[in-house]
Amino acid sequence: MQLKNSTRIAALGIVAAISLTGCAAGSGSGSTDGAIDCTPADGKVEISYTSWIPGIDKVVDLWNSKNPDIQVTVQTGPNGNGGTYKNFFNQLSAGNAPDLGQIEYDALPNFRVQDGLENIASCANVSESQDKFIDWTWNQVTFGEEDAVYAVPQDTGPMAMYYRKDLFEAAGIPVPTTWDEYAAAAAKIREQGGYITNFPQNDVNWFAGLVWQKDGSWFTNDGDAWDVTLTSPESEEVADYWQTLIAGDLVSKVPAWTDEWNNAYNTGSDWTWISAVWGANSISSGAPDTTGNWAVAPMPQWTAGDEKAGNWGGSSTAVLKGSAHPYEAAQFALWLNTDDEALTMLNKEANLYPATKDGLTLPVLSEGVEFYGNQKIYDIFADAANQTNADFTWGPTMTQTYADVADGFGEVLGGNGTLGDALATGQTKTIAALEAAAIPVNK
Amino acid sequence: MTTTITKAPLDRPATPKAGPGAPKEKLASRTAAMIIMGVSTLYFLVPIWWLFISSTKSREQFSSTAALWFADFNLFTNIADLVAYNDGVYLKWMLNSILYAGSGALLGTLFAAMCGYALAKYRFPGRELIFNVVLGGVLVPATALALPLFLIFSQFNATNTFWSVFLPSIVSPFGVYLARIFAASSVPDELLEAARLDGASEIRTFFSVSRRLMTPALVTIFLFQFVAIWNNFFLPLIMLRDQTLFPVTLGLYTWNSQVNQIPEIRTFVIIGAFLSIIPLIIAFLSLQRFWRGGLGAGSVK
Repeated sequence: MQLKNSTRIAALGIVAAISLTGCAAGSGSGSTDGAIDCTPADGKVEISYTSWIPGIDKVVDLWNSKNPDIQVTVQTGPNGNGGTYKNFFNQLSAGNAPDLGQIEYDALPNFRVQDGLENIASCANVSESQDKFIDWTWNQVTFGEEDAVYAVPQDTGPMAMYYRKDLFEAAGIPVPTTWDEYAAAAAKIREQGGYITNFPQNDVNWFAGLVWQKDGSWFTNDGDAWDVTLTSPESEEVADYWQTLIAGDLVSKVPAWTDEWNNAYNTGSDWTWISAVWGANSISSGAPDTTGNWAVAPMPQWTAGDEKAGNWGGSSTAVLKGSAHPYEAAQFALWLNTDDEALTMLNKEANLYPATKDGLTLPVLSEGVEFYGNQKIYDIFADAANQTNADFTWGPTMTQTYADVADGFGEVLGGNGTLGDALATGQTKTIAALEAAAIPVNK
Repeated sequence: MTTTITKAPLDRPATPKAGPGAPKEKLASRTAAMIIMGVSTLYFLVPIWWLFISSTKSREQFSSTAALWFADFNLFTNIADLVAYNDGVYLKWMLNSILYAGSGALLGTLFAAMCGYALAKYRFPGRELIFNVVLGGVLVPATALALPLFLIFSQFNATNTFWSVFLPSIVSPFGVYLARIFAASSVPDELLEAARLDGASEIRTFFSVSRRLMTPALVTIFLFQFVAIWNNFFLPLIMLRDQTLFPVTLGLYTWNSQVNQIPEIRTFVIIGAFLSIIPLIIAFLSLQRFWRGGLGAGSVK
């Protein structure tokens, strides 16, 4: 009897816990209300802003000193996928989300689908700012909807090719300008005992950046339903290309962001890295012995003479649903991401690369960089930012998509299957995940 | 032969007798035991050794020198840099952790002791029911409660406060369970009877008599609770947004998630992680005597 009693009570406790968790997880989805009524409040206003940008508090202090009537409190946490997005969703369902949140472009559709963003199109100066921002970033924050702005673009990650200038010169290998030349260079470098680069299992958004360069996209949304296109012809061609390099042992399998990976760059066994602008610091800190030996060139092209670039990373500042002060929040977000002084600070503190057209010519971004032999590397990234296709769309379940594709990539690096298979599996599982979340999807 | 083997562990080491094979068997089993213990010691210590070695390296040497041996000794420079970074927020995190874990464990132990003692020594209706509910609490992992707690605290606008992490930390169902079992076996009813006859109030009896008898269990509960709160990561992650309230675990995690953006932080994460285990080591070393005594006393009785 006693035992029975205690088990029953324990079971009750667990059920209660689970049902509570269940309640919190489900939240409203996909309402399409128009732009909110956006008027300034009377008197002093305090708004909160959650961001994981290192040193963001200093930039906010600057704003606070200039705007006594709109005081911003910074809140912080781990990066988005490290917990802050989950926290935003919890806070949205509890009704105490911050006024503003940092959200990466690839996570914005998820927040939009779950109705976590305010449409600030009618707030003063917001829609008018469209021309200030690089074209593709504006599409990311409007989702192509009419009269809609759901966030202010903050930074971008235009891609280019970092390469060991000294090694290429010493070996007499021309710096590749097309992907064909890149593959040819890979073979020659392999003969010398090095690798042209590594194929990272977990940087699936890097791979998406390569597809982006080829004018492919992984998702489209016609306003009613999502199309998942991980297996589009563009995507598959990129996969086939890297599959050939992997199969020929022309790229290393060292996982990115590890000591082993840093060491491969530091000792000169890896020669290039196709990466975003923020990668400049990753190399200089990971491979300090190679100072002065690196240079940056545009991404290799699929067709000789083209000028196309991909993008890897970047985030926006969004006004979260339920904010009591959307007007003030929007004004702060605009200042933060367009003001020269703010952009310069963000770049110095956290290496953020501006999403505005004018920001690309900031004085800090016009200087030569010592690690890269005093090359003005940011000129190349500025070109890349303007050469990025405006029509790339992220899906609403990117965390799941990344994980499933990365699993497939892992299999490939372990010797099973192809990158194409990995994308096909990712495609199937993404459609299943969208259906499971009751998000309309075309099959 | 078989009997000697099964009996061997019971023999006192000073008098090795029995059959001719016995000493060899002993040597073999002892060697095996030593090897197993040696391997597991290594298994547990190597990461800490790595952490220590890495803490002494400069950022440049971190990835370019042997992982398990010293390069230039920069421990103190690293500590100074860590403490200075971001206006010394790391020290704030350490203080927060000590506050959450120290005072949380102290209060948690007190409540668990009183509750367990009451359940063991007083007869009242619903006693078993309460105990069973508490037992049920032991079965629910703390992680599963974090989200419900967040929603409850949201109702009171109390998220992102000291209390949102502290209050849930002072509850320890396992502590209540342990205190009840221990009180039942180590606090004799006769002693309580005597105290009452001498005119001591129930509260006084608890604090002057029972508490002393229960000390070993209380230290155990305190240590368990201290470690549990110190390592509790999920609750602060969900509750807190103001980095001046972060415990050190969440703070280091936050930094670690920024490493790709600011590679310099990596050194701070490593040295910070190294320093953050020191309070735990101190707590264990200074309290482990009681702990051993506690487990022994319980089992012999």
